[in-house]
Amino acid sequence: MDSHASLFQEGFHWMLLARTLEEKIAALYHAGKIVGGVYLGRGQEAFSASMALCLEKGRDIFAPLIRDQAGRMAFGEPMIDTARTYLGSALGPMRGRDGNIHRGRPSKGMPAMISHLGAMIAVVCGMLKARQFQGQSGTVGATCIGDGGTSTGAFHEAMNMASVERLPLVIAVANNQFAYSTPTDRQYGCRDLVDRAAGYGVEGYVVDGTDLEACLEVFTKAVSRARAGHGPQMVVGNLLRLCGHGAHDDGSYIPDELKATDLGRDCLKLARQRMLNKNWATLSELEMMEAEASEAVQQAVAQAQRDPLPDPAQESWQPISSTWLMETMTNSPFHTDSKRA
Amino acid sequence: MSITYLEAIREAQARALREDPNVFIYGQDIARFGGAFKATKNLAREFPGRVLDSPISEDAMMGLAVGAAIEGMRPIVEMQFADFSSIAFNQIVNQAATHYWRTGIPCPLVVRLPSGGTAGSGPFHSQSMESLYAHYPGLIVLTPATVGDAYWMLLEAITLNDPVIFCEHKFLYYHLKADELPDERLPIGKARIVRHGKHASVVTYSAMLHESLRAADELAKLGYEIEVVDLRSIKPMDTDTILASVARTGRLLAVGEAFPWGGVTAEVVSRVVAEGFHLLDAPPKRLNARDTPIPYHPNLWAAHRPTAATIAEALRELLGF
Repeated sequence: MDSHASLFQEGFHWMLLARTLEEKIAALYHAGKIVGGVYLGRGQEAFSASMALCLEKGRDIFAPLIRDQAGRMAFGEPMIDTARTYLGSALGPMRGRDGNIHRGRPSKGMPAMISHLGAMIAVVCGMLKARQFQGQSGTVGATCIGDGGTSTGAFHEAMNMASVERLPLVIAVANNQFAYSTPTDRQYGCRDLVDRAAGYGVEGYVVDGTDLEACLEVFTKAVSRARAGHGPQMVVGNLLRLCGHGAHDDGSYIPDELKATDLGRDCLKLARQRMLNKNWATLSELEMMEAEASEAVQQAVAQAQRDPLPDPAQESWQPISSTWLMETMTNSPFHTDSKRA
Repeated sequence: MSITYLEAIREAQARALREDPNVFIYGQDIARFGGAFKATKNLAREFPGRVLDSPISEDAMMGLAVGAAIEGMRPIVEMQFADFSSIAFNQIVNQAATHYWRTGIPCPLVVRLPSGGTAGSGPFHSQSMESLYAHYPGLIVLTPATVGDAYWMLLEAITLNDPVIFCEHKFLYYHLKADELPDERLPIGKARIVRHGKHASVVTYSAMLHESLRAADELAKLGYEIEVVDLRSIKPMDTDTILASVARTGRLLAVGEAFPWGGVTAEVVSRVVAEGFHLLDAPPKRLNARDTPIPYHPNLWAAHRPTAATIAEALRELLGF
């Protein structure tokens, strides 16, 4: 099997795992087992996984956003991190201090997103700048955003800054047609989001975000261009969010006519069909993969459900690392802890 | 050879750049131009590639600093004026301030805020932001009032593994001089009793320290000995030193240049009332700027913020209770 086929297969693998895991998480949410929001990447798995698959684990940086379950997994985030964060386990990377998609492992090149859209782009720029200072050339930093996020000042500031600094940044813009419920004609006035790339002085690409093969091809190019020193790269993927903004939202504002267009195709179904058509997998092999994905998800969720929950009595309640200053900070009438109460 | 408050800030940065290869400075007009106030004069030449001009993008500047900090660098961000840090507010309070707590990875950076009023600067080049930032968990907020503190506290701030908001007072930049850099230094988190007294305590910080000292001189002519406490560090706040001072004098006046609603002086008063009510012989007082935007014209500006005269008046009222 050639490298092209194996990359596609790998992409399909992560898409399938992400979809299976997210369906389980959504089911847990609807069963009342998850506190807080659940945000799904349904319909965006091909675009997200492709971005991350083109990066080098252990070397590059990937700052996922809210619909990047597939990309996170393709970049190496273990499934248990997702399960633990959604279920509030004390053993997860966020230890109950933050939840759902606000998770990461910065020491492994994956910063933990904050909710404010556009804010992670400049952080990736800073991480890349640090690598430059430290003499580690060739690192690529990637991050994702949606059509709505491109309207923020943070997006404009960071894209311009990345261009000024000629940083090896790749930004994946998933144009999923809706920012929560707001359609694109109320979001931006340009003809196509990729037109913005020219304004920032960065290289821009448009891709059918439902087509795994096309996504892999465009991200392979964009990442290698960034790594070779051609500055920031912006990839706009056109697709449709095949779910609501979060599990609490039925997405009923998305018109059926739009769902019936090519934008509304399910990237996972397309990729699965392609696996069969290209003889990269037989039907029974696919069914085996699907069963394995379900099994892996069940195991991760079951493990996270057995984990200890965060305990307020064990929590340090310490927002800074300079412990000797904490002693002064807590010397306040408003600080109440078990010792004082 | 004398050294100004501004030169102390420059020298501290030069020393940090010299001693730690992870330090770099990012801000508007700071490289060849040396900064709007010249706080980075010649540093770009001395340390090539480590003092970088940024676009006019405070949000992105702070985001870059956070990213670099969590990768092991020690960025210093110069905001051209403290007022413009409002554009970077999100990155400061939501990204930098929460990072250690959320992820366990420290975020060591310093944001330098040229703060406070000078004559003619108006609503958008005069603000004091320390109360706002102190409100957010995860930030350390420093307000040096002396040449020595400007130097030593900035150096210490750069070595801390947490995000520091460093509020430099623009009025002190040129007006405040020392014959030489004092060796004496107090650690961050400790207040300093600048003037000992027994009749009332003024708890203050930054440029208001100097107005308060002049007011204390006035009161001395009337036979009152006023104790003056320089907080130095807003967060953490040295409650012990404040309470010990009030224990000696029985009277408290908290003075700050920021707007009056909430804020540092309110925090000082509430701590003293909550933990040292029994120490007070009179109701504690606060003196702040007026609750309007900061006026441009010197006539109005002089009446907007506390001065030695209004502090002295407040002290007379406090002592007359």
